[in-house]
Amino acid sequence: MPSAIRIEELTKDYTIGFWRRRSYRALDRLTLEIEPGEVFGFLGPNGAGKTTTLKLLMQLIYPTSGRAEILGRPVGDLDVRRRIGYLPENPSFYDYLTAEELLGYFGDLFGYSGSDRRKRVSTLLDRVGIGAERRLQLRKFSKGMIQRVGIAQALLNDPEVVFLDEPMSGLDPLGRRDVRSLILELRDQGRTVFFSSHILADAEALCRRVAVVAGGRLAASGTLSDILAFEVHGWELVISAVSPELLVKVTPRVRRATEISPGRYSLELSLDQSPDRLLADLTAAGAALVSLNPIRDTLEDFFMKRVAEMGAGARSPREEESRARH
Amino acid sequence: MRAIRVVAVNVFRESVRDRVPYNLVVFAILLIASSYLIGQLTAGQDVKIIKDLGLAATSIFGLFIAIFIGIGLVSKEVERRSIYGLLSKPVSRAQFITGKYAGLVLTLAVNVSVMAMAFYVILAYMVWTEPPTIRAGWDAPGMDPALLKAVFLIFVELMLVTAVALFFSTFSTPILSAVMTFGLYVAGHFNADLKNFERVVSSKAAARLARGAYHVLPDLSAFDVKTQVVHGLPVPLAYLGTTTAYGLTYVAALLLVSTFIFSRRDFK
Repeated sequence: MPSAIRIEELTKDYTIGFWRRRSYRALDRLTLEIEPGEVFGFLGPNGAGKTTTLKLLMQLIYPTSGRAEILGRPVGDLDVRRRIGYLPENPSFYDYLTAEELLGYFGDLFGYSGSDRRKRVSTLLDRVGIGAERRLQLRKFSKGMIQRVGIAQALLNDPEVVFLDEPMSGLDPLGRRDVRSLILELRDQGRTVFFSSHILADAEALCRRVAVVAGGRLAASGTLSDILAFEVHGWELVISAVSPELLVKVTPRVRRATEISPGRYSLELSLDQSPDRLLADLTAAGAALVSLNPIRDTLEDFFMKRVAEMGAGARSPREEESRARH
Repeated sequence: MRAIRVVAVNVFRESVRDRVPYNLVVFAILLIASSYLIGQLTAGQDVKIIKDLGLAATSIFGLFIAIFIGIGLVSKEVERRSIYGLLSKPVSRAQFITGKYAGLVLTLAVNVSVMAMAFYVILAYMVWTEPPTIRAGWDAPGMDPALLKAVFLIFVELMLVTAVALFFSTFSTPILSAVMTFGLYVAGHFNADLKNFERVVSSKAAARLARGAYHVLPDLSAFDVKTQVVHGLPVPLAYLGTTTAYGLTYVAALLLVSTFIFSRRDFK
């Protein structure tokens, strides 16, 4: 069975400047493989190369070098486009059309007609929570509603592979929850979902595997636990009913003590300190345990470290080549 | 073919939603008001003036639509980023360009047809109100079917102007595209003068440049048969055929080049 998405050494350089033209590498030799039926998170801070990658996969831009395939066919193949869906970042559509007309228009392009098209459009708009507003022109829609319409149009053709560029962007908490459950539903139906995000909680909630890009380069890829497991570097104890005297006693034994509310404290211990003994002493003195958690790097920390290591932005191709030679 | 048709219908729908058909109301008012005023001022010549005016207005109104919508056909899609959603559907870039072009040509066809009908209604009114003695002095019948030949060639010319506007819109900004299309329209109407430019300038380089432009630019004056039609002079069908073929050849070439440029564009 071919991979759902295969990306090999994909590179994109842009030329910038008017008088003094120079090259800017937005994506540098990205290689990835995504299996069918997988929800894959493509993570990175703003400007990391996520949207560039998605545009390359949609052939909205052409690569400087490298190649990519979707469902075993080169990107841009019209037959492949019948089998995929795409939500652009901050989508924008024809504001003179209603949501219903827009989906009808796209449905026409997929060859749906008559009652089949109407039924698909209606079901999808219901699914993304667009009610009576579906008969309003899109110029009257809020950003969140446009995002919902964008998600609906990406699913119009029952795609085998769905590409979502920042799908949670512009949505309120309820909308984010809806989109999360929609992505999980797609996964349960056996579809492949490739989504980009800089919101790490979304990836943690949805993906088994992720890739992290920073400065146009792949910083890491694998399961979330693989990426983060080795990053545990301490413990956090949340304790309540702590008297001032008890606090004075335990403060020298912890890395940091932070008051959350009167009598309730967060105590941080380094990795080599066992929390068991401290916890026993605290409970013996009348304090109560609220929670005990390992302190791990979050993906934000991971980003920050990688970005610092790799440089905040992409470099010129010449710098990249020189780096590759050394 | 389906993708082209679907894109074309959407362009037509956009022009309707953007209130382009309002120009037809202005056209009708202009024609009715002029016929009334001219009827007060002239005797016997008024039908000729109305024919001139009607054909010129059809041409100018069509030109505005062709240029101002044509220059936005591609650039608007890129600017508002709606092209991202569209090109991820099973639509090739060649189909996109052809569909956009066909949509505007459809808009123009509807506009020109309605304008022609309004024009004939005014002429019918004049035929009905003028006494037979005055009608006998007219060069051509009031509701001369030959007027349709002029209207048809205006439409072919507009198809060509639309292709030019679309061509510029594939790589340039809307303002520059409008300036260049209008410039080409003007130059196209004086194309014959470029052929013998060496007679009026001493610079050999300028004469060569003008001769080069003469060969590249379409000769738009070929599409202008208004004077012949208004004065009842014959316009052979063979002339209509060759001029149409000439216009369509330019259209095909421009669409090919537009597709070539557009197919290589990155949408950043």
